Amino acid sequence: MIGSILTEHLIDIGLLAFLAATGLMMLHQRSLFAVVMLSGIFSLLSAGLFTLMDAVDVAFTEASVGAGISTVLFLGTLALTGAREKRRTIWDLPALATVVVFGALLMWGTLDLPHYGDPTAPIHHHVADRYIEESGTEVGPPNIVTSVLASYRGFDTLGETTVIFTAGLSVVVLLARRRRPAARPPRDASPDAGAS
Amino acid sequence: MTWETAGGLYNYWIFILLMMIGFYTVIARGNLIKKLVGLNIFQTSVFMLYISMGVVDGGTAPILSDRFTVYTNPLPSVLILTAIVVGIATTALGLALVVRIREAYGTIEEDELLALDHEDFPAGRTSAGDTP
Repeated sequence: MIGSILTEHLIDIGLLAFLAATGLMMLHQRSLFAVVMLSGIFSLLSAGLFTLMDAVDVAFTEASVGAGISTVLFLGTLALTGAREKRRTIWDLPALATVVVFGALLMWGTLDLPHYGDPTAPIHHHVADRYIEESGTEVGPPNIVTSVLASYRGFDTLGETTVIFTAGLSVVVLLARRRRPAARPPRDASPDAGAS
Repeated sequence: MTWETAGGLYNYWIFILLMMIGFYTVIARGNLIKKLVGLNIFQTSVFMLYISMGVVDGGTAPILSDRFTVYTNPLPSVLILTAIVVGIATTALGLALVVRIREAYGTIEEDELLALDHEDFPAGRTSAGDTP
């Protein structure tokens, strides 16, 4: 038992270290192709961490959507826009100050949170008990996440599909008129433009 | 600050560190694709922070079985499942906007975009019709 807890902590720390290293590499790297690949790796590592934290459904979705579809979308965009980032200053001091202050505030906010894995934390004792004890008889499927997603919080999922539909529609509207302007010469080139 | 506190909270701190790496990428890098990647890092880190709140020591994945009595909280998983799918939808929309910007301006670097906008509307003028 002690051995398995120790192993779990070691895997946890290892994954967190890899995540931090991948994040810093993404910040540093200027080839956007490499950045997109690293972003896929970041998603896959986070899927591993989700499995470790017993959220298997989330891990599965993150591996397929975050590491899969998202990477494909980014690669498609790179093919249309070019894969090189312009050189710029290494450290942007005002931005760095903002980030450090914001991060410090957030860390200060975690100080009175329940500790990681604490079974007495308030989050575990409101609706969660009901879901775990009753969903087997009230809804049916052994997977509690499925029961909550499709039944107890069904309207939430309906709202989610509305958001996806709207976003998909907007993408189609934005990209449908793609070919037309590129075929014409720029309008400013004509002599009478700007004369008024 | 005791060792016990640090041991119970270090996960949250590293997630916050990852969030800040993403946030810094969003505000300090000018390339629009890089900004979206940074936003993705931020988003995934928030998911990890949220999921880590639902962990129960000695618990197992929330799938009912006679052999287990302690389960991890299913509610964060449900909420984050929704958030992941909404996240990919908004990322797709952002990337479509990047493609359109590239077609209209010929660049996706923030400073060049601002310079192009200033050529059209120099400082002090709000529209092309104003006299300086």
